[in-house]
Amino acid sequence: MTIDLILFLILAVVAIATALGMLLSRNAVYSALFLVLNFATVAVFYVLLGAPFIAMAQITVYAGAIMVLFLFVIMLLGAEKTPGNPKWSDYILPAGLALVLVLESIYLLISRGVPSGEIVQPEASVNSVDFLRQMGMALFNEYLLPFEVTSILLLVAMVGAIVLTKQEKGGRG
Amino acid sequence: MVPVNYYIILSAILFTIGALGVLVRRNPLIMFMSIELMLNSANLAMVAFSSAIKSLSGQIFVFFVIAVAAAEVAVGLALIVQIFKSRHTINVDEMNSLKG
Amino acid sequence: MQLSETISTGFLFLAPWLVFFPVIGLLINLIFGGRMSEKAIGWVASAASGAAFVVSVLLAYSVSAAHGEVLRWTLAPWMHVGDLAIDWTFRADSLSTTMMLVVSGVGTLIHIYAIGYMHEDVRFKSDLGRYRRFFVFLNLFIAMMMILVSGDSYMMLFVGWEGVGLCSFLLIGFWYDMDTLGRPSWANSNAAKKAFITNRIGDFGFLLAGFLMFWKLGSFQFDSVFEAAAEVAHNEPWVIVAITLFMLIGVAGKSAQIPLYVWLPDAMAGPTPVSALIHAATMVTAGVYLVTRSSELYTLVPQAQYIVAMVGAATALFAATIAVGQYDIKKVLAYSTISQLGFMVAAVGMGAYVAGMFHLVTHAFFKALLFLSAGSVILGLERGHHHLAHHGGHGGGHHEEVFDPGDMRNMGGLRKTMPVTFWLYMIGTLALAGIFPFAGFWSKDEILLDASLHYPTVYILLSIAAFFTAFYMGRQIWMVFFGEARHDAAAHAEESKPIITAPLMVLAALSILGGALNLPFEGFHNLGHWLEYTLHEVEALPLNLQVAGISTALALTAIVVSWLIYGRKPLTKGQPDPLKKPLGLIFTGMENKWFVDEGYWAVFVNRYVDISRFLADYVDWRFWHDFVHDKVIAGTYNWLSTIALNDYADQKVINWFFDGWGRATQWLSATTRKVQNGFVRSYALSIMLGVVVILGYLLLKP
Repeated sequence: MTIDLILFLILAVVAIATALGMLLSRNAVYSALFLVLNFATVAVFYVLLGAPFIAMAQITVYAGAIMVLFLFVIMLLGAEKTPGNPKWSDYILPAGLALVLVLESIYLLISRGVPSGEIVQPEASVNSVDFLRQMGMALFNEYLLPFEVTSILLLVAMVGAIVLTKQEKGGRG
Repeated sequence: MVPVNYYIILSAILFTIGALGVLVRRNPLIMFMSIELMLNSANLAMVAFSSAIKSLSGQIFVFFVIAVAAAEVAVGLALIVQIFKSRHTINVDEMNSLKG
Repeated sequence: MQLSETISTGFLFLAPWLVFFPVIGLLINLIFGGRMSEKAIGWVASAASGAAFVVSVLLAYSVSAAHGEVLRWTLAPWMHVGDLAIDWTFRADSLSTTMMLVVSGVGTLIHIYAIGYMHEDVRFKSDLGRYRRFFVFLNLFIAMMMILVSGDSYMMLFVGWEGVGLCSFLLIGFWYDMDTLGRPSWANSNAAKKAFITNRIGDFGFLLAGFLMFWKLGSFQFDSVFEAAAEVAHNEPWVIVAITLFMLIGVAGKSAQIPLYVWLPDAMAGPTPVSALIHAATMVTAGVYLVTRSSELYTLVPQAQYIVAMVGAATALFAATIAVGQYDIKKVLAYSTISQLGFMVAAVGMGAYVAGMFHLVTHAFFKALLFLSAGSVILGLERGHHHLAHHGGHGGGHHEEVFDPGDMRNMGGLRKTMPVTFWLYMIGTLALAGIFPFAGFWSKDEILLDASLHYPTVYILLSIAAFFTAFYMGRQIWMVFFGEARHDAAAHAEESKPIITAPLMVLAALSILGGALNLPFEGFHNLGHWLEYTLHEVEALPLNLQVAGISTALALTAIVVSWLIYGRKPLTKGQPDPLKKPLGLIFTGMENKWFVDEGYWAVFVNRYVDISRFLADYVDWRFWHDFVHDKVIAGTYNWLSTIALNDYADQKVINWFFDGWGRATQWLSATTRKVQNGFVRSYALSIMLGVVVILGYLLLKP
């Protein structure tokens, strides 16, 4: 039992717990908050895995931007509590399926011999400037086209959001 | 040292919880959050693999996934707002206009 | 053709012109005849025939110059299929040139005669189209007859054989829309059909002979056939017997022998020149020519020869007896022709080919003479009748009944009104009766002599026939030319024009002198030596005074007897034949041709009609149409289409299947429609299910 493993197990428990909390909370605001916690835990995992850039992106984009947007919408619509919360019986079929799914994927993982190596703290992560340079080079050379497509996607999403939510003028009267 | 398999299993569990959320909850906002959770679990698996094989590609994918997720949320929430404005409810069980 | 390199072929290259000249003649008349005058049409046709005669003479000269060598001229290939190789090859040898000379010579004279005759024919009525057609047919006949006699193979002979049969049909039925008296009727057409059909029976026999020949002897070419026949006769004699007997059927059809002679008397329905040319002088002798040509086959099988001889002899006698009882001037001559053809067939059957050919030649002369003279008589009577009609006549006889200018009972006393015709007719009669020194005496005598030496039965039959021949000819002479006119028309009969009598005079001269061709004296067997080139065994017999004496005595006796009966006390108007009372039933038989036609009708024709009716009414209509077609085929079809196909296959099976298909689709879509319930979560569940299943598949996949 190394420090790494202990840390992983603790964080894993936190991640699963917060995920379940998001799932089971009756109040949507609680769910959102649980999810923020979950995202933060995952960001820690990223750091452990030697991906500090992704970890930062996770915190800023997910926890910062997306979840705030969620909370904003929940409160805007007053949808903290919606009627028709699931009964326990509602969980039987989906949970059964989910269980099967988990077991299947675990079995698949074991039987097909996915790389079973261990995660060592890479040296590159210590030198984060070097790492970021590599990241940037990859994004703007090898993955330039997907990068640009993504930027267009974001633009389209922005336009779409504006079109969907803007008030129609005059026409409705 | 943590075996990669642990991360994968964790990712699977988180993904399944997210899937359960989509299947069980009737609040579209929570369903959306569950989808975010599923995306995150996938991201986690990719980053784990990326570290295991010492390649940056996985992280780059994750970067793209985050960007797409942001766009998705923007449009998705706009849709939910619009649906609420037109029907004054966001219970997905009351929406079946696409019934065949 | 290999021979042509070594020996001079002389005028052989002209051989195809035997056929081409008449064809050119008929084409000129056919194409330009419409713009030509009546005389021009006749003379073009006569010139074409005359040109063929000139070619024949030149060919005969060439054969003579080549010392009887067989000369062949191949015009064009005809059929080359497998083993079968037939060419259009003309053959000039002594036998074929003899026939060519007779055909074109007599033919030309008859053409010239016809120019006058057809103009005078009461049925002519200035119908130039029909006049032209007559000469076209005559030229066509000459062309076909030339193919027949000049062909170098049985197939080419057969082409001519069928061609002359066609011309015979066309010319017998020349006045197809009237009878011999010009009344509207199908009598002439029926006579033509009778001739054609009877000939078909004979031709069928000829064809069978041809097939058998090719099957067993492997060729149609004369010399190849004869060569092969010698060997086959040794191993399989029945083949030659069968070929020769089948050929005899053809001969019986074409040369009017028992049992197929019945068409020839009816063929007198044709215009008189046709009767003379086709049905006396040339075409009907084709059978005799065929047997002579096939002499090498017949020589191999004495049994067949005997049958041929007996058929000929029986025909000679049988026809002669019928001739005695006839009243129509041309019918008497027709039966006489059958009888004389019997003589010829008997002669060639006995192997006396030279005698047969000799009689063929002389018969062509005197029988043509007789027929044409009879035509002249008929024309004379018609003129008399015409004269009466225009000058009031005595009692307007032509109104009461139709006048038959061919009926001897209407004649009498023509000796005074038509003297030229009378003398010409006398010459013909004497030649036919076999009175010394006319041509018929020599040729008939030669046949009788041969028969007396080899076939006593045939000799007796032919002698009796010769007696009857003289008798009926005597009867005819007395009835037609002596006594008093029994009809006003006969009293006012007029002599014919020179264009009609001139050819007759030539024929009369030939009838008198024709015997010189083959006198039975040493050094005078001209025809015999000539034909010896072709026919290898020729028996040159000296004159046998006993046979000649008996036949002459018989002929003279017959003439005297006929004088006693018909001449001493001439018939008066309306009097029945003096023989009718003493002979009774026998004469009735002679008068009615021994009821052979009636018998044929009863036995063959009516049965044939019955069979046809049966086939038509029962087999075809009731069985085939009503039962097989309507009931079985149409019924089955209806049943099949309505019940089986429509009701079951279509309605029940196919319709059901597609209805079911449609219902199944409806049901399936109605069912699956419910899957699309519009609830997001249920879609998500299906996705989840799908993921589970796909993962499961990946796990379980080997």
